[in-house]
Amino acid sequence: MAAKLLNSRLATLVFLAIIIGVIPYLAPSAFYLRVAAVVWVFALAALGLTVLMGYAGQVSLGHAGFLGIGGYAVAIGPAQFGLHPALCLLIGAVIAGVLAFLVGRPILKLKGYYLAIATLGFGVILSLVFHSESQWTGGPDGMQVARVTLFGWRLSGSANWYWVTGGALLIGAWLALNIGASPTGRALKALHDSEVAAAGSGIDVSAKKLAAFVIGAVYAAVAGGLLAAMNGLITPDAAGFMHSIELVAMVIIGGLGSVLGAVVGAAFLVVLPQALTFMHDYEQAVLGFLIMAFMIFLPAGIVPTVRKWLLERLS
Amino acid sequence: MRTSVTGRWALRAVALAAAISTSLGSSFALAADPVKIGSVVSATGPAAFLGDPEAKTLKLYVEELNKKGGLLGRPVELVLYDDGGDANKAKTFATRLVEDDKVVAMVGGTTTGTTMAMIPVFEDAKVPFISLAGAIEIIEPVREFVFKTPHTDKTACQKIFEDMKAKGFTKIGMISGTDGFGKSMRAQCLKVIGDYGITVLVDENYGASDSDMTPQLNKIKNTAGIQAVLNPGFGQGPAIVTRNYAQLGITLPLYESHGVASKSYVDLAGPAADGVRLPAPALLVADKLAADDRQKAVVMEYKTIYEKATGQPVSTFGGYAFDGMQLMVKAIETAKSTDPQKIRDALENTKDYVGVTGIYTMSAKDHLGLGTDSFRLLLIKGGDWVIEGK
Repeated sequence: MAAKLLNSRLATLVFLAIIIGVIPYLAPSAFYLRVAAVVWVFALAALGLTVLMGYAGQVSLGHAGFLGIGGYAVAIGPAQFGLHPALCLLIGAVIAGVLAFLVGRPILKLKGYYLAIATLGFGVILSLVFHSESQWTGGPDGMQVARVTLFGWRLSGSANWYWVTGGALLIGAWLALNIGASPTGRALKALHDSEVAAAGSGIDVSAKKLAAFVIGAVYAAVAGGLLAAMNGLITPDAAGFMHSIELVAMVIIGGLGSVLGAVVGAAFLVVLPQALTFMHDYEQAVLGFLIMAFMIFLPAGIVPTVRKWLLERLS
Repeated sequence: MRTSVTGRWALRAVALAAAISTSLGSSFALAADPVKIGSVVSATGPAAFLGDPEAKTLKLYVEELNKKGGLLGRPVELVLYDDGGDANKAKTFATRLVEDDKVVAMVGGTTTGTTMAMIPVFEDAKVPFISLAGAIEIIEPVREFVFKTPHTDKTACQKIFEDMKAKGFTKIGMISGTDGFGKSMRAQCLKVIGDYGITVLVDENYGASDSDMTPQLNKIKNTAGIQAVLNPGFGQGPAIVTRNYAQLGITLPLYESHGVASKSYVDLAGPAADGVRLPAPALLVADKLAADDRQKAVVMEYKTIYEKATGQPVSTFGGYAFDGMQLMVKAIETAKSTDPQKIRDALENTKDYVGVTGIYTMSAKDHLGLGTDSFRLLLIKGGDWVIEGK
């Protein structure tokens, strides 16, 4: 019973919904809501990587590039074309998806290190474009995003954004869970284990990989759009290499292939720098040390390890 | 016997109570509601060369301030966070300063990106914010609670054009870097150039990491009528321009920007830098300032204190932080209050404050308050700076 509950999709969603619902009642100030909202946004981007890396086993080191596309879509759309930000969020997701489709076809033929390097190169190119096309993107200093009005209600303040991002994360988690349980999800997991075996059982390996890449890109773009709108600003650094690495680290620390793991990983990397500020100069070193410690002692990631531990206890 | 034991105990109890009360008392006195000033700088990450001296300066200055008895009879607490150059983190820390730490004022924001991310937080919370970043967008249009201390590219352009006009140059060539700095300065220069009756005959550019600018300079060399050349740029680009300029044997006066006002530019460009002119803050030539220069005392004092405490050479970026904190402290003293609204009003009324970067006079229309006199026009001679004119 308990084991069934731990493995059920609905339970994961309900658990996430309860967490999102409870935090505002425990938070002493709006600052905590801001941190949580940032966690939800990055968790959403990490969810896309969960599909790509966790399900399909394909590494992307340029994922923040798609985040940038979503962000700049929300920045440029209203400023240059007078479009509604919500529409721009959609446009950004479509552009990211189409771009992932076009780039993914040749890139995903590569394996292992070569795939990682190709995605890295792609991310760097996107970051360079955001840096240098300053008539569109505002250059290295970034670009301001107009404040969002939804149905005549001006979206501002940490509390409002908390609910918007929390809702987006719930929808994203629901979709990711369902993708995982769908035939495509099972096919992805099959090719994760062995591409040859998957192909042998009739799975169109390259098409499924491409699908995972496109899904991951769309997730990142939506997250990027929300981040830009919430911050009122997008800078090229958001699309930079360091951010790509951070996203990968979130997925790995939280637990590869686990939806809840993406959220826990994002929380880990967003909250920790805030919690470690009292260490001043040693902050970065301690952060690195903690990541190492978690990887050494919980190599499967936080969520899968905890789940396994609970299952053993309960059975 | 028995009584003496109790007596000893009583004595100990009294001593303990006294000790506790004094320690509590003193901690109460320290905690007597410190004046909380917040800061978010990029002390690590790609902008660390800017943020690190800023962080050190802020810490140093608040320490000095507390040694002198604090502010309004209360100690000053600096709440300092490092955003690593990440605009998203900067915004989160800004929210933390406002919502959690409840600071009454803010001095920080190392880069234009992090500053722009933080502005809405302080504007919404109505907390005065002095930025340490360069771009003119921070204060134009004027935002009620946002100020800044570093001079803008526009001021540097004006300083250069003033000198050109005085020397009678009306037709110039321009060669700009395509990085953020070069682009921004080129745009600002072109905006104000008309006021000085100067026209640009050739407008060339180069990539920030290019290693040869000879073709662009040749074009400038072969254009008839050019009287001087201006190079808005940052980093190694201007050093290469300067070298190529000398290699091509161009004898027209060359003006560099404040972006390369450092010893490393002179070292990189070598003897080719001889005869180059550039606008620079007083701090760069602290020991060469005339004795009657109004900034001399404050610049020398900052330089001495900073270099003694950190063992590192002073930088203009630290100077921005020094002026930012100094302006904020003066505003709090003038307002005789830690009410953010009153501090803001006092800040806007800053008149004739002599700082490290320049002499500030702010107004409702100008939240920077620096004129072209905040720059010195320097001439490079034999690998050293010479102050030209006033």
